[in-house]
Amino acid sequence: MSILVDKNTRLLVQGITGNEGLFHTEQMAAFSTNIVAGVTPGKGGEWVLNGKIPVFDSVRFAIEARGANTTVIFVPARFATDAIFEAADAGIQLIVCITEGIPVQDMMRVRNYLDQKGVRLVGPNCPGVLTPGESKVGIIPGDIAIPGEVGVVSRSGTLTYEVLYALKESGIGASTCVGIGGDPINGTSFIDALSMFEADPHTEKIVLIGEIGGTDEERAAEYIADHMTKPAVAFVAGRTAPPGKRMGHAGAIVEGGTGQAIDKIRAFERVGVRVAAHPEEIPELL
Amino acid sequence: MKLHEYQSKKYFSNFEIPIPKGRVAATANEAKQIAQELGGRVVVKAQVLVGGRGKAGGIRLAKTPQEAEDKAAQILAMEIKGLPVRKVLVDEAADIETEIYLGITNDRAARKPVMMASAAGGVDIEEVARETPENIIRVHVDMLLGLRDYQARDLAAGIDLRRDTWRDFARIAHGLWDAYVASDATLAEINPLVVTSQGRLLAVDGKMVIDDNALFRHPDLAEMRDLDVEEAAETEARKYGLSYIKLDGEIGCMVNGAGLAMATMDIIKLFGGEPANFLDIGGGAGAEKVAAALRIILQDPNVKAILFNIFGGITRGDEVARGILSALKEVQSEVPMVARIVGTNAEEGRQILTNADMITAETLAEAAKKAVAAAKGEKVQ
Repeated sequence: MSILVDKNTRLLVQGITGNEGLFHTEQMAAFSTNIVAGVTPGKGGEWVLNGKIPVFDSVRFAIEARGANTTVIFVPARFATDAIFEAADAGIQLIVCITEGIPVQDMMRVRNYLDQKGVRLVGPNCPGVLTPGESKVGIIPGDIAIPGEVGVVSRSGTLTYEVLYALKESGIGASTCVGIGGDPINGTSFIDALSMFEADPHTEKIVLIGEIGGTDEERAAEYIADHMTKPAVAFVAGRTAPPGKRMGHAGAIVEGGTGQAIDKIRAFERVGVRVAAHPEEIPELL
Repeated sequence: MKLHEYQSKKYFSNFEIPIPKGRVAATANEAKQIAQELGGRVVVKAQVLVGGRGKAGGIRLAKTPQEAEDKAAQILAMEIKGLPVRKVLVDEAADIETEIYLGITNDRAARKPVMMASAAGGVDIEEVARETPENIIRVHVDMLLGLRDYQARDLAAGIDLRRDTWRDFARIAHGLWDAYVASDATLAEINPLVVTSQGRLLAVDGKMVIDDNALFRHPDLAEMRDLDVEEAAETEARKYGLSYIKLDGEIGCMVNGAGLAMATMDIIKLFGGEPANFLDIGGGAGAEKVAAALRIILQDPNVKAILFNIFGGITRGDEVARGILSALKEVQSEVPMVARIVGTNAEEGRQILTNADMITAETLAEAAKKAVAAAKGEKVQ
């Protein structure tokens, strides 16, 4: 069992004929994800993956022909906002956006609209969602995690892989791994993921991987104290990050004294969440 | 990306926000001419992208054109917080009754823009927020609806603004909102917004920060980037699609992924070293990109060791290893290097590097310890 994606996921790939889209479609298919269709405007009627997956001109056409409940977006940043709106308007309930570099005002419009429609977005600027043994939606390497009982939620990409890999090396598996992305405004927050893991009967423990910038970790700590029965372990990247500098991710910046790693670490420790000194320490703390 | 005061105010003036008459000058002589044209008292203001210009002596009042020239000469010779002053703005001096603050920024927690006003203008708003947060009135604006009139009134009333200025204030608030949207700003502020003794409002200082991710649709603004605010190496890195930030330590790091790059810096510190930089080489690790990254790291004379931490994932470890080796052929160096490669074909990758006499490690902790030891000049295998 899992959250967000599983065996019942019928996946659409937006931007399926681009380099990234095509490469990761192969990777997802190799992981036995049920990919029902792809979308690239202007390429409707083509097929990819040796004629296995049909390409449509729009999300609406793809859904009418093939049925899909989830989409993953590999569209370049300047077109990604529109791709998200298109998916939401076509009735998709879960949108996973991998694209990095979407303007923040666009994301505020997206959030506003999706919240009103009740559509869930994961990302943008994220590695996607992986439920080991069931479904992979996004770019997390499928072989670095084994099925298990630990729910993982993270703002990062390769750092998440590092943690999944460390868990696997210790024989610990994951129920689902959710990359929520490194942008200042995203679709799914730590709290959203925590509440889903709390409700999932097959998740027993949670690993939360945060980083500098914003106050999402602090609010997650409060939420854990007030609403969670399952134990959580955290790691926060960026203790050595200087203030005022954007550390790669658009959202990873200490501004006006807020967003510091130490404040986030203290917030977790205050509510009894153990914080790892480095990523490889996480399996021990579990 | 930050805009200078003169650029921000010019931008604001396109949205019916009144600004003082004035122009920017690169020499003292130009400043004198501008002061002559304006007549009367002028303010000479250093155009540098840091706060605290006033305290540093970078903003001076001049009563005559000659005085404007002298003060401009002094200011143009200054460095403020390490940044050279290349231009001064010469503005007509305003006749100030009170100073207020008006700004708009993105509230990450609320996922909405927030417009803020304060009766305490002319001082650092972050200081006001820390010390007397009750003095800041906030309204969250719906991105799809835009700023509403009642919200502008709420701000004016909230800061006890003279009633005869409310109409002007609302026009300026709408102008600022429109400027914020039109430019994809993450911050647009007027501080101070001056109320003159005749009851007029005037944007005496302005500041804008533009979303880097939105510059593709604002080529006119992208051209305004001031390269003085970043290290030359940071500018060079951007050209290669690398994200690099120089720090003060002695261990250079090259990592794929921003979160992992931060975690790598942190673990270096944890084991007694200091990171020399943040560097995310992004997806893939082709020889060309690795070579560029290596050159940039080695430009820093403080670097005593380099740590490669590459989580292969979908990229194959042996490819990464070959990338590093061919980069090393191009960029010769005596600096000890520790490589840790994980993921697909990591074993082959490690073998390739071991054969080339590089120090390798299996875990991140081991890699960090070896890099710290190597930086201290210890013999590491």
